[in-house]
Amino acid sequence: MSDIDRARALALLRQMLLIRRFEEKAAELYSVGKIRGFLHLYIGEEAVAVGTMQALTPEDGIVATYREHGQALARGIPAGSLMAEMYGKANGCSRGRGGSMHFFDVSRRFYGGHAIVAGGLPVAVGLALADKLRASARVTACFFGDGAVAEGEFHESLNLAALWKLPVLFLCENNLYAMGTALARHQSQPDIRRKADAYGMRSDAADGMDVLAVEEATRRAADHVRGGHGPFLLELRTYRFRAHSTADPELYRRKDEVAEWKQRDPIALFTSRVQAMGIVSEADLTSLETSVADEIVEAVRVAEAGPWEPVEDLTRDVYTETP
Amino acid sequence: MSKMTYRDAIRSALREALRDDPRVFLMGEDVGGYGGAFKVSHGLLEEFGPERVRDTPLSENTFLGAGIGAALGGMRPVVEIMTVNFALLALDQIVNNAATLRHMSGGQLSVPLVVRMTTGGGRQLAAQHSHSLEGWFAHIPGIKVVAPAVAADARGFLLAALRDPDPVFIFEHATLYPVEGEVDERAGPAEIGRALVRRSGDAVSLITYGGTLGKALQAADELAVDGVEAEVVDLRSLRPLDTETILASVSKTHRAVIVDEGWRTCSFAAEVSARIMEGGFYSLDAPVARVCSAEVPMPYAKHMEDAALPQVPAIVDAVKAMLVSHG
Repeated sequence: MSDIDRARALALLRQMLLIRRFEEKAAELYSVGKIRGFLHLYIGEEAVAVGTMQALTPEDGIVATYREHGQALARGIPAGSLMAEMYGKANGCSRGRGGSMHFFDVSRRFYGGHAIVAGGLPVAVGLALADKLRASARVTACFFGDGAVAEGEFHESLNLAALWKLPVLFLCENNLYAMGTALARHQSQPDIRRKADAYGMRSDAADGMDVLAVEEATRRAADHVRGGHGPFLLELRTYRFRAHSTADPELYRRKDEVAEWKQRDPIALFTSRVQAMGIVSEADLTSLETSVADEIVEAVRVAEAGPWEPVEDLTRDVYTETP
Repeated sequence: MSKMTYRDAIRSALREALRDDPRVFLMGEDVGGYGGAFKVSHGLLEEFGPERVRDTPLSENTFLGAGIGAALGGMRPVVEIMTVNFALLALDQIVNNAATLRHMSGGQLSVPLVVRMTTGGGRQLAAQHSHSLEGWFAHIPGIKVVAPAVAADARGFLLAALRDPDPVFIFEHATLYPVEGEVDERAGPAEIGRALVRRSGDAVSLITYGGTLGKALQAADELAVDGVEAEVVDLRSLRPLDTETILASVSKTHRAVIVDEGWRTCSFAAEVSARIMEGGFYSLDAPVARVCSAEVPMPYAKHMEDAALPQVPAIVDAVKAMLVSHG
C-alpha cells in the first residue's frame, strides 16, 4: 500500500474510470439501439480486471467470459475497436462477428470472449499445455464467474491443469450471483477457493473491490504459476452493481444489498484512499475525467465511422482460405 | 505398396507425424500405457515418451477443449475419443468452440485440431457404444468430417488432417481396424472433400462411406451375378461433400441407393438424397432409395443387432425393387 506512487495511482484510477465510463456509454448506446444483442455490464467489478492485469505480461494469454469489456480495456485493446465491435462494424476487434460477448485480439493474446459458462477453461488449459510443451514461461490467465464452478468443465479443467502442472492462473470473479441464482443456492460448498484443495492446487482469495489487494494477490499467484509450480486458483470477491444483462429485471436481490455494496465502489474506495495519502488531487481527478471522456468520444466516433462488413463476406473464415 | 490393416495404417501415419513434426502430440483416454482402446497407438508411448503421447483423465469435454487451446497455441494435437457416443460429452467444445472460433474472431484464430474416434455397430456393444453419429457432426460448419473406409484412406486422411489449418474429425468404423488393405507408405495425404468411385457400373449408384463400403461392394458383386452392374461411390468425406462425383455417377446410372449406418430420419443419407434431388432430378429413372439402420437403440443380441444394421441382402433387395418398379 505504502509503495504506491502518484503515477501508478493515476494509471490504476484511469483504467478503472475508463471501464466505468465506457460501459455507461455502452448502456446509453444500447438504449438507443446502436448496440444490440446482450450487453453484460462489469460496473462494480473494475478493480478485478485492472488489478489482475498489472501482474500479467503482454506475452501472457487471456481467456475471458461474455462479461469481458473490463478485461479487454485493461489489456490495452483500443476502446474504439471494442465499441466498433459492439456496433457490429467491420473495424471491430472481431470484425463485428462477435459483438459484446466475443471480443478477440490475438495480437494482444486476448482469446475471447466466451459465452458458454466455463467453456473457456479447457481452452485456457490447452493454451497452457502448448506453452509447457514449448518450454515457454508464459502464463495463461483464465477469468470465469462463480456460476462456472458448478459446471463439469471447471472441475475437469482444474484436475487436468493440476495433474499436468500446467501454467494456468484460474481467476474466479465471484460476484455472488450466477445470473440470478445466489451462490448459496447453487453451491453445497460456497467457499470457492476451497475447491482447489480437491485437486491439490494452491489457492487464495482477495477483496475484489480493492484494486491493490487484487494486484498483490494476483502477483503472488502469477509468480507461483510462472515458477513452474503448476496452476493456481485465485478467487476475487466482488459485486456487479448493474443487472446481469440488459434483459434482467433484478427480482432476485434486495435493493439495500446493492446499496450496501455500492458503499464499497472500487473506484470511490481507491480515489478516497489516494486522496487521503495526498498523492492525487481534485484537479488530477478532473483532468482524468476529461481525458477519459475524450477517449470515449473518440471510441464512439471510430464505431460510428466504421464500415459494415460486406454481406458477400458472410461465409468468409468459416474455414481457412487457401490461395 | 504393402498389405496393412486399417489399424496399422493409422499408426503408420501417427508415427510419421510424431517423427516429422515436433508440434504433433497425441492425447486421449488410454492412448499411452494401455496402447489405445483399439490398439491404434500401441507402442507409440515407448517410442515418443509421455510428453507427446498423453493419457488423459476421463474428461472428454476438457481434453478436447485443451486440444483446441493447444492448437491455438501453435501445436498440432491429435485427440482420440474412444467412441462417438463418448464424444457427446465433448459437444460443447466441438460445436461452441472448435467450429466457431475462426469465424467469430473475424478470421484471427485458426484451430488446427485433429480428432479421431470410432463409430458404428457390429460388435455387440449395445446402445451406448455402437451408434453412427457422424452425420450430426457433418451438420456443423467450421469443422471437416471424414470417414475412411479403407486402410489407405485411414492413413491418408490422418496425414491430410494434420496439414489442415482447421479442425478435422476422423470417424473410424470400429469393425474396420483388423481389415487389411493396400497401403503405400510413401504416399502423402489424401484429398479431403473428394469422393471416389470404388467400382464402376451403369445400372445403379450405391452411394456409401465408412463401415458400409464393404457391404455395398459385396452387394454389387451379388447383383453382378444377375447381370446388374452397380457403381459404388465411396463418399470418404462428409463435410465437405463431393456433390460433383455423386451427380456424375447418378447421371450415368440414373438410379441411386444410399447406404448409411445412421438412422434414416435426418440421416446423412437424407442429405445425399437432397443433393441428388437438387442437382440430378432429371437424370433419375426412379426415386432415390435409402438403406439405413433400423430406428432403434442398438440391441445387444447378435441376431437383433444384425437386423438393425444395413446388410448386404437389404442393399440387393433395394436395388432389385427399384429395377422392378422403375426398370
